[in-house]
Amino acid sequence: MSLSELPVTRTALAFTDVSAVRGGRLIWSDASFTVPAGGIVAVIGPNGSGKTTLLHMVLGLLPAASGQLEVFGRRPSQGRDSIGYVPQHYAEGAGEAIRGIDAVLLGLTGNRWAFGRSTAAQRKQAGKALAAVEATDIAERRLSTLSGGQQQRIAIAAALVAQPQLLILDEPLASLDLRSQHDIVALLARLHAELAVTMLVVAHDLNPLLPIFDSAIYLLDGRAHYAPIRDVVDGVLLTRLYGIPIQVAHTQEGEPFMRRAL
Amino acid sequence: MTVHVVALGYQPNWWPILKSGFMGNALIGGTIVALAAGLIGYFVVVRQSAFAAHALAHLGLPGATGAVLLGVPVVVGLGVFCVGGSLVIGLLGKRAADREVVTGTVLAMAIGLGLFFNSLATKSSSTMTNVLFGDLLAISDGQLVSFAILLVVLGLSVGIIYRPLLFSSVNAVVAEAKGVPVRVLSIAFMALLGLSVTMAVQAVGTLLLFALVVTPAATAIMLTPRPVLAMVISTTVSLGAVWLGLCASAMFNLPPSFPIVTIACAIWSIVWVSNRRRVAMWQKSISASPTVTSSTRQAAATSGN
Repeated sequence: MSLSELPVTRTALAFTDVSAVRGGRLIWSDASFTVPAGGIVAVIGPNGSGKTTLLHMVLGLLPAASGQLEVFGRRPSQGRDSIGYVPQHYAEGAGEAIRGIDAVLLGLTGNRWAFGRSTAAQRKQAGKALAAVEATDIAERRLSTLSGGQQQRIAIAAALVAQPQLLILDEPLASLDLRSQHDIVALLARLHAELAVTMLVVAHDLNPLLPIFDSAIYLLDGRAHYAPIRDVVDGVLLTRLYGIPIQVAHTQEGEPFMRRAL
Repeated sequence: MTVHVVALGYQPNWWPILKSGFMGNALIGGTIVALAAGLIGYFVVVRQSAFAAHALAHLGLPGATGAVLLGVPVVVGLGVFCVGGSLVIGLLGKRAADREVVTGTVLAMAIGLGLFFNSLATKSSSTMTNVLFGDLLAISDGQLVSFAILLVVLGLSVGIIYRPLLFSSVNAVVAEAKGVPVRVLSIAFMALLGLSVTMAVQAVGTLLLFALVVTPAATAIMLTPRPVLAMVISTTVSLGAVWLGLCASAMFNLPPSFPIVTIACAIWSIVWVSNRRRVAMWQKSISASPTVTSSTRQAAATSGN
């Protein structure tokens, strides 16, 4: 077996003594770990523990207060082309004014200056992204007329269209009904397998996503840690993380899930 | 002496009136203002900045009365106050929640100052009326030149920042994560809005500006979700309102602002009503198909799924 045939494990995120300060307040510190490329990584912690701060740091929107953070070997602000971001609510107020296809095209051309029509190649790329999230049939509709799950698909397509190496999702299941939650989890699993994209997912409710997570960054007592998901799904750790007694149980199929301990 | 309760009479000589010199200036000036209003109006609606546009229009009041007081051209006073105010709102109103309060405070201060300046000046009450309701028929050649320059600046600027501005209007954080300078664009947009308002105030006045800037754009967005087409429709509605309004003004001897506003609002009302019908029919067809509701989700969650 030659060396080139060995699986190459690249580093997606490298934290070296990183700390986060926002509004003059220390949010978390002592982040020193590397996240290999190719996984689906959970970002967990109670409200106010700094999950969004961590996302913003990876996105290059907030500098590290100390230490060094590298995204695919580059400073976050230089690695923007390699990251796609799916916010919790994509169309905040402009949902009435644009269609799904417009949102996806903006993901490709929105940071370019000067007026210009999208090229045929760009429209084809947008079409591929819409097809990948099974949203081709809703692409011509106004965002405001789409359901939460459909809007989430459009937002994912808008992030994927620029072919990122890292996809960051902020609470992708928030305010979705059970069926839409299931559909989005299945979609993420499929996209991960097909596109070999690393995913970083902020989630409050771990249960629906547990089957697809393989590791987690967790924010505990003002510190950021990184561990394989099987080590995180632990009653003692989760109890400390969430501040209420948590128990890890298993379904009949052997899938773990967390629940409030009695 | 006869008393006319309604002084609305048809003027058979309206065609010569339309072809006269002051009407020529009114038509050209109105056309430029309509183009600018329709263009910036689209982004005002998409960015939900209608209140800011409304407040900036009222900054024209202290601007114009202050200019009369100091003896400088009215357009200078308008420009300083409208663009200055837009920058204050842009800089202080970073978050949407703050912006409402900042805008309202600037608005109140502006009207107070306008009243104060007006009380100091002895013969500016006609300026006051002109600023409040506009005077398209008194547009001078000098104003036309300044309008044309402002329109070119606005057109070029929007042409350059169009895509990043739309991107940051749809989702600011996503745009910022892609390297779009969201803060700079936000302030640039407010400055462009200030420029457009400076122009439009001279045509339709502070009180009626909304109908020329926001109403046609809102109409266009109801008609189409395609951004470029919406901008074309928005400027077309503004243009139509100004042209037809000036004709009506010549035909019935009306102050032009009134028919202009009436036409813009009438078009909006018609589109709004037909749009509501369409949405209601669409919702009916949606509710007919079964979906998983939040109550079923609750039930599933409590059963320990």
